Amino acid sequence: MIAPKPDQAPRVDQVGVDERVARFRARSIKKASKVEALNLVLSQIDLTTLEGQDTPGKVRQLCQKAMRLHDSLPDIPHVAAVCVYPMMVAEAKKALGASGIKVASVATSFPSGMAPSDVKLEEIKLAVGLGADEIDMVISRGKFLEGKYQEVFDEIVACKEACGEAHLKVILETGELGALDRVRHASLLAMQAGADFIKTSTGKIQPAATMPVTLVMLQAIRDYYYDTGRMVGMKPAGGISKAKLAIHYLVMLRETLGEAWMSPEWFRFGASSLANDVLMQLQKQRTGIYQSEDYFSKD
Amino acid sequence: MNKATAPHSLNFDTGWAYSPAPESIDHVEIKDQYKLFIGGKFVAPKSGKYFDTINPANEKVLARVAHAGVADVDRAVKSARDAYDTVWSKMKPAERGKYIYRIARIIQERAREFAVIESMDGGKPIREARDVDIPLAAAHFFYYAGWADKLDYAFPCRTPQSLGVAGQIIPWNFPLLMAAWKIAPALACGNTVVLKPAETTPLTALKLAEVMEAADLPPGVVNILTGDGSTGAAIVNHEDVNKIAFTGSTNVGRIIQRALAGTDKKYTLELGGKAANIVFADAAIDQAVEGIVNAIFFNQGHVCCAGSRLLVQESVADEVVAKLKERMQTLIVGDPLDKNTDIGAINSAAQLERINAYLDLGQEEGAEMFQCGGKNPDKGYWCQPTLFTNVAQSHRIVREEIFGPVLAIQTFRTLDEAVAKANNTQYGLSGGIWTDKGAKIFNVGAKMRAGVIWANTFNKFDPTSPFGGYKESGIGREGGMHGLSAYLDLH
Repeated sequence: MIAPKPDQAPRVDQVGVDERVARFRARSIKKASKVEALNLVLSQIDLTTLEGQDTPGKVRQLCQKAMRLHDSLPDIPHVAAVCVYPMMVAEAKKALGASGIKVASVATSFPSGMAPSDVKLEEIKLAVGLGADEIDMVISRGKFLEGKYQEVFDEIVACKEACGEAHLKVILETGELGALDRVRHASLLAMQAGADFIKTSTGKIQPAATMPVTLVMLQAIRDYYYDTGRMVGMKPAGGISKAKLAIHYLVMLRETLGEAWMSPEWFRFGASSLANDVLMQLQKQRTGIYQSEDYFSKD
Repeated sequence: MNKATAPHSLNFDTGWAYSPAPESIDHVEIKDQYKLFIGGKFVAPKSGKYFDTINPANEKVLARVAHAGVADVDRAVKSARDAYDTVWSKMKPAERGKYIYRIARIIQERAREFAVIESMDGGKPIREARDVDIPLAAAHFFYYAGWADKLDYAFPCRTPQSLGVAGQIIPWNFPLLMAAWKIAPALACGNTVVLKPAETTPLTALKLAEVMEAADLPPGVVNILTGDGSTGAAIVNHEDVNKIAFTGSTNVGRIIQRALAGTDKKYTLELGGKAANIVFADAAIDQAVEGIVNAIFFNQGHVCCAGSRLLVQESVADEVVAKLKERMQTLIVGDPLDKNTDIGAINSAAQLERINAYLDLGQEEGAEMFQCGGKNPDKGYWCQPTLFTNVAQSHRIVREEIFGPVLAIQTFRTLDEAVAKANNTQYGLSGGIWTDKGAKIFNVGAKMRAGVIWANTFNKFDPTSPFGGYKESGIGREGGMHGLSAYLDLH
């Protein structure tokens, strides 16, 4: 298969994108619609720990949190997945057991992607072998910026194959691409190469996820769906720590891709601290008062 | 590519819906009855007549408002003349500026109240009143306040002199903003004012009268007369008025121009429009679609510079129209005071009737009409956002100003064809160009005969920018430095 060239991707106008985002952010989400949104956000979180200092103990704690977000709130969903390094996959798998929470593993020399292709593929196979349900790979940004689109494309195709049954999320690391036109092109390229999800960022580079970048990727997903009928998922990651912002992402999702994408199957938040703010807001909706953050477990 | 064929369309109909988020109206004070603001006081009309102003979203009466007759107009003009002769024309320009700055600040302080009243009286979404109308109105006063003591620098080697009494007649689509467009430059240039707001939207102008009081503006410098067309005619025909500024329909503009012929009154007319919004195949399509929506559905399409004719290059026409139809499904039509409302109520029963007549006409002419099929509230005046495709230059819905949320879509093949179609109209107020190619913007922009051209955006306003029309869209410019010269004698 041939990788799409930059001029095969639609053009993007930054000013127009920013204005559209401002309109999403002007939506006022209150009462029942807010509670519904907060619950949806919780169910879409990929609870993440990606640190050099990660240990099996830390991962177990995170998995516990993933399963029991806040016992004093009845009827709240659990998160979608726990996202860890390959070396922690087995531990997470064991801790999560039959909870229904997926294990996502980053791979392909996350976060830089600076490794030979065969090493990257081996890493994916290892993570899948250990039980990862989802693989979050990074594209080779250096190659992409160099104009070697075919190499980037072929690598994603190979990664998809290495995933087997596991779902593949392709991280574009939009903070390193430098322009929305390139975000749009990279999105198209990743989807054509077989991505199940496209994802903004590793969380290691600033800026990480932003609403304008996410909008451009959602529009790419929409156009790809128009063309092929295949739905691709979206995962903004990094920098979304407040419930209010997360709700505005859902507004953007709802008004760009419609109802079909409004589930953890098609939309995820990569975040480590978002869950507690959402829980705090849910408590506020239930009781009318804000509780101290000490009432919410920090794992 | 990118065809929104039926099996691959999106679902915006079901699932998560936004709960009502109404703006509070507790902080708003609307009196039961308003008199005329003449000589710094609210005075009963000599005509003895009052009329109702209603909320077009629910048809409830908001207030009773005085109807100014010929005698009232005469009294207001005399008051303005007196204030001009004794106070305003003699005041140091820097002092005039201070008053105008004060007006601007008070509008900012009362912005929420103004936004809510504007929405209630006119039907526009609170989001637009709050984010566009009121901030821009304040910005106009701030901008022209700065010019008050710098007129000599605006017109070097000339001797700018104020004109005297300015009669100003404003429309119902942007009531406070149009009042600001008119009053701010008039005051900055040293003139006094008799202003008549539109019959269906008098309330924010009357609130503005309260601002003038709060700002301690000398009595008579600004007089505000509510009424109907006959009030406007009395202002236009009053012999002691030196300048007429009118914004409204081309038909009334013609009547005014005839009335002023042979007099020495200066005038500016800002009239109708039928703007072409040209989308080239190389445009950023998703942003262009958003721009088309803002161009025609902003303020229910009650915008003289609305992009009411879409000219889209044939090679991308299917994609643009399909995306536009999907985007329209996410537009929220309803309670103007709900913060999530995108499209509010049509301003009046008469305007709704006019729009509906065009919807019928378009279909009779053979055009294809598209609406999303949303349900209108039971009370009030409503029009769902509407597209017409399969239309040609010869259709009346392409040639005539509808002044509603109704877009006529035509296609073109070449740049020259686009320009020819864009210019083939009696109007020439505004236009839009959507392309990724900078050179094309300048090329097409230079060929379009319209007063304002937006590139890769639409309906952007700024007090520093002149605004006005070619052809039957008007005479003169408002805004910016150009807006000063309309209120000055430059000999």
